[in-house]
Amino acid sequence: MAQSSALPAEQYNYDIVRKFTIMAMVWAVLGMSVGVYIASELAWPFLNFDIPQLTFGRLRPVHTTLVIFGFGGSALFATSYYVVQRTCQARLAFPWLAEFTFWGWTGGVALGALTYVSGITQGREYAEFEWPLDIAITLVWVSYFAIYVETLRRRSQPHIYVANWFFLAYILAVALLHIFNNLAVPVSLTKSYSLFAGVQDAMTQWWYGHNAVGFFLTAAFLGMMYYFVPKQAGRPVYSYRLSIIHFWALIFLYMWAGGHHLHWTSLPDWVSTLAATFSVILLMPSWGGMINGIMTLSGAWDKLRSDPIMLFLITSLSFYGMSTFEGPLMSLKSVNALSHYTDWTVGHVHSGALGWVALVSFGSFYHLIPRLWDRKIYSQTLIYVHFWLATIGIVLYIVSLWVAGIGQGLMLRAFDDYGNLAYTFIETVEFMHTPYVWRALGGAFFVSGVLVMVYNMAMTVRAARREQPVIEAKLAKA
Amino acid sequence: MFDWLMWFTHMENSKPLALVLFFGAFCGVVLYVFTGRRRSQRLESYKYIPLDDDDDPRQSSATRAEHHSQSRKVMDNE
Repeated sequence: MAQSSALPAEQYNYDIVRKFTIMAMVWAVLGMSVGVYIASELAWPFLNFDIPQLTFGRLRPVHTTLVIFGFGGSALFATSYYVVQRTCQARLAFPWLAEFTFWGWTGGVALGALTYVSGITQGREYAEFEWPLDIAITLVWVSYFAIYVETLRRRSQPHIYVANWFFLAYILAVALLHIFNNLAVPVSLTKSYSLFAGVQDAMTQWWYGHNAVGFFLTAAFLGMMYYFVPKQAGRPVYSYRLSIIHFWALIFLYMWAGGHHLHWTSLPDWVSTLAATFSVILLMPSWGGMINGIMTLSGAWDKLRSDPIMLFLITSLSFYGMSTFEGPLMSLKSVNALSHYTDWTVGHVHSGALGWVALVSFGSFYHLIPRLWDRKIYSQTLIYVHFWLATIGIVLYIVSLWVAGIGQGLMLRAFDDYGNLAYTFIETVEFMHTPYVWRALGGAFFVSGVLVMVYNMAMTVRAARREQPVIEAKLAKA
Repeated sequence: MFDWLMWFTHMENSKPLALVLFFGAFCGVVLYVFTGRRRSQRLESYKYIPLDDDDDPRQSSATRAEHHSQSRKVMDNE
């Protein structure tokens, strides 16, 4: 049986959670603004201004790194440190090491962005950091693992709650992926060459790339979901046994799916088929998890009318379901022949990144902020405003890239009666201009929502700071 | 003596073997989780863990401070 022996809030280390929460929002504003800027560059190329540091090629890794590792990573550090303490009813182990993870991670992301702008990159997607930063990140990650495992070991609760399983799997898998994908021969402080070559290099890159999605952007955020959805709903998760099956099936299947990024290349055909097969099977645990999360509200659907945080969390699960249906579909070789190398892929990634990852993080933060600063949220209405700005933004974004990507794919493989290509490349670029404008607009909506959240959060923190001396005075009197 | 190990080096042997092992392990997990009434009850009881440490942020800090001082007074009177 679950044991109840709650400790008062002061006994938990909330300071580190607050720091990561604030930095997650800082990275969200910076990273997503860069995203809107580069989306605008694609629609209006004059925005490059012929300045190398502002070109799409240099700013694109800045955008992905700030959003995935800056925003997503900091959100995961914050929530995992919070969840492990609350569900284990134990204070976070090694507080000085936790501080190191904060400064190391924040510094690493910031330096990474600066190096990309300067043109220093490994050229590996989502792993552009050059080797000195890779080593620094490894040290931070090993510290994170040590803190997490030691906190679990010190737990007062006999059972390790399932959210921690997802968090621990993500920490272990990311360590494995980061180390093997970044094996390289350094030739100077700012340049290295991959240890792998040719198709092995591509396979290693996409084994990493897809599992970064699988473990960093999926498993870890599912850990977040398994804590914050029940907590916000005030009722337990629909089925704990289903969450166990969800966990084991997901972590086993994801590792095999990376090859679907390399269909119709020199990758051996059987590897390609294996990856597509596992991708299709992945639909089952993904939807099992989604249903488990959404059904947590079973019997209390009215909360969706009265609780904007619940709206964020349940909508994020809906987007999770949608993008985990689209993913297996796109992994089929025949569909991939149309979708690959088009903007459909970019739209798919963003339906997962904005719809699932960002919305579940915002929902969790809205739950966390009042608890971290011990103050009611400044404005419920602004949470609704944020929700609608974000949702409209995502829909604009993904619909415009469906149009752009599917149209682009069809044009690129259209032939005339004589077997010549029906369209020139520049005609496909002209066709995509209008969807690109809508995509930039969708991104702008999304960033506006984030700015509303930052304002709401800042006002809450300000009020909490103003209230603090009054509370201290009352406590002193008592 | 160790020639039998060579059997595993052939992909046509090791791939189906891996399939049987992993699929068997997965079936084992499913059977473990969904069989046995008492085990099912025990596993389902863990879903209450996040709710065990409930706090109420809607209660303002000032109210909590007052509540804290009141509860201290009760203890002093005792």
